[in-house]
Amino acid sequence: MESPLLHLALVGTPNSGKTSLFNALTGSRQKVANYPGVTVERKEGAFVTPQGRQVSLVDLPGTYSLRGRSPDEEITRDFVLGRATGEVLPHLVLCVADSTNLRLTIRLLLELKSTGRPLALVLNMFDIAKRRGVTVDVESLSQALGVPVVTSIAVRKGGTDDLLQLTDQLLSHAATSTADRANTWRPLTVPELRATQREADRIIAATVSLPERPDTWTARIDSIALHPVGGLFILLAILFIMFQGVFAWAQPLMQLLSAAFDALGQLVHDQLPEGLLQSFLQNGVISGVGSVIVFLPQIIIIFLFILLLEDFGYMARAAFLMDRIMGGAGLHGRAFIPLLSSFACAIPGIMATRVIDNRRDRLTTILIAPLMTCSARIPVYTLIISAFIPPTKVWGLVNLQGLVMFGLYAAGIVSALLVSFLVKFFLMRDYQPAPFMLELPDYKLPRLRSIAIGVYTRAKMFLQRAGTTIFAMMVLIWFLASFPQPPAAATEPAINYSLAAMIGQAIAPLLSPVGFNWQIAVALVPGMAAREVAVAALGTVYAIEGGKEAAEQIGQVLASKWSLATALALLAWYIFAPQCASTLAVIRRETGSWKWMAVTFVYMFALAYAAAFATYHIAVAMGAG
Amino acid sequence: MSEICDTRPPLPLGLARRGYTGTIQHLTAEGTSSSLPDVELESRLIELGFVEGARVEILHEGIVGRDPIAVRVDNITVAVRRREAMAVIVA
Repeated sequence: MESPLLHLALVGTPNSGKTSLFNALTGSRQKVANYPGVTVERKEGAFVTPQGRQVSLVDLPGTYSLRGRSPDEEITRDFVLGRATGEVLPHLVLCVADSTNLRLTIRLLLELKSTGRPLALVLNMFDIAKRRGVTVDVESLSQALGVPVVTSIAVRKGGTDDLLQLTDQLLSHAATSTADRANTWRPLTVPELRATQREADRIIAATVSLPERPDTWTARIDSIALHPVGGLFILLAILFIMFQGVFAWAQPLMQLLSAAFDALGQLVHDQLPEGLLQSFLQNGVISGVGSVIVFLPQIIIIFLFILLLEDFGYMARAAFLMDRIMGGAGLHGRAFIPLLSSFACAIPGIMATRVIDNRRDRLTTILIAPLMTCSARIPVYTLIISAFIPPTKVWGLVNLQGLVMFGLYAAGIVSALLVSFLVKFFLMRDYQPAPFMLELPDYKLPRLRSIAIGVYTRAKMFLQRAGTTIFAMMVLIWFLASFPQPPAAATEPAINYSLAAMIGQAIAPLLSPVGFNWQIAVALVPGMAAREVAVAALGTVYAIEGGKEAAEQIGQVLASKWSLATALALLAWYIFAPQCASTLAVIRRETGSWKWMAVTFVYMFALAYAAAFATYHIAVAMGAG
Repeated sequence: MSEICDTRPPLPLGLARRGYTGTIQHLTAEGTSSSLPDVELESRLIELGFVEGARVEILHEGIVGRDPIAVRVDNITVAVRRREAMAVIVA
């Protein structure tokens, strides 16, 4: 029997373990997209119940109520009420609760009841609750609430069996019952809110017994992690380890990948006859796409850290520690997480600003997120630093190359804070700081399977980007650098006759005041598509100009062709710009206006030009020209 | 709860120091300098568990101006700024 597709929705407060339950139910069968017209992430997955029902499950954004005070929360409300455009009314709503912390979820559940949707309460993390001495009389809780209640342990094998069984039961009922209960939901007034919270507390008092002492581990860890001074040191140490991981641990894997792509290119070179096809595959496709895919280990490591910290419960603490410090620069404590993510890539960072519900705070964060040194700049920095900065020791212990790298990161952060301060001062003078109200969840051991799924989803997104946008750009660059072909009697390198050279020379006068030659100009144009492409483009430009040896030793080639001043100016340029096109597109989408996209582009371009100009001329004056 | 506790004068949670324990008497968003409208501030506080009768304890303070504060509200921990905590009257 072919059964119709049934729709389920997961609703719950933030930190209820909704996402790990979602991951446990659907595994890697997930689709991440956006809701139409808004930029809220829509996570959908599929699973089959024990009785063979096909189920589509949507993980709705976490919320404490249906009032809808942010775009995320509006989606949850509209979805449950069947008002969301292009969505079907869910056949069953699963309200997910952290079993150790039922108060806020039970209140939400009482509110959900008024929507008339078939509803069930899932007591998630039931194992942790048990271990902490929380006992729940599931039967009477279900009676008191008037909805089915089931326990689950999302992270354990078989931990969702009861839930799946109940789902089957409820769905068979939902499919046969024709009369839906009426939707009587409306926004609650303050007295009503208070009344539902009292009702929730009354039900909990009657059916749940809590341990005398709060979780001692959380209290113990917090006494250090939230210590005004010690906590900041720990935060710094965590950031340090994170960057150490991104730079040092990723290296062997990156070298491996890079060697693999070189070998592949060589294989193609040997197998194919000399000519356009060989050049296209080796220089255009393999070395181009390869130079970007090499960053996969770094992307994986940074997301691994971010997801681990989030799952552990530390991210909310980091926001707590940073709130007032960032407040000095006009930033909200919640901006810390998006800005931290921006070190991986500004795109997830900008998308993560949705946790900031005040529009102005969010806008400021979006404007400065691209100033955080994203991983796409790493190849540019690494290339130039290794070519121009000697690996000597400074003060006997610090590597000069590492010091320059650190300086570039610091310059990005400092300028971000400055820009934020200026935005607040000039554009939002009448601005009142938005409140910082955040639950600090109990610490929990990270769920490895759930994290693995999260990292996998993001790695897939990165590879898709490399496979589409970046691949297309590399083909374009190769084409520009290869055509028109040089005349038969050419004496100069082939690339000097190409379209790329023409474009580069056309914009070179604009860039010569900052010390850039036309090859850099050529590389900067595709660098707009994605910053890391600039390196690949330089590689392509010089590879085609100088043959295979140059491609292998691009650093040495650069060192022989550029002055130190030019190299430093390019580093300064890259702290600020050029913006990659996908970041601009995300800013346009997230702010819903072309204006802010234009503002970001112009201010970053201006900063980049000014910084490169100053760097170049100071360096020349000091004799590095 | 001891007699002394019961006769303590009420004060806004926003003025209490680390280590303070007490019980929520009522919420008054009026007159706080929060950027939220009164009704919104009160709603959000209730949604985070700040209701009359809840036991509160200030667990941690931030480094700058002892702000924000981490408050134990019954059995959950919530971070708020002192500005918003002024709406919570405790004793």
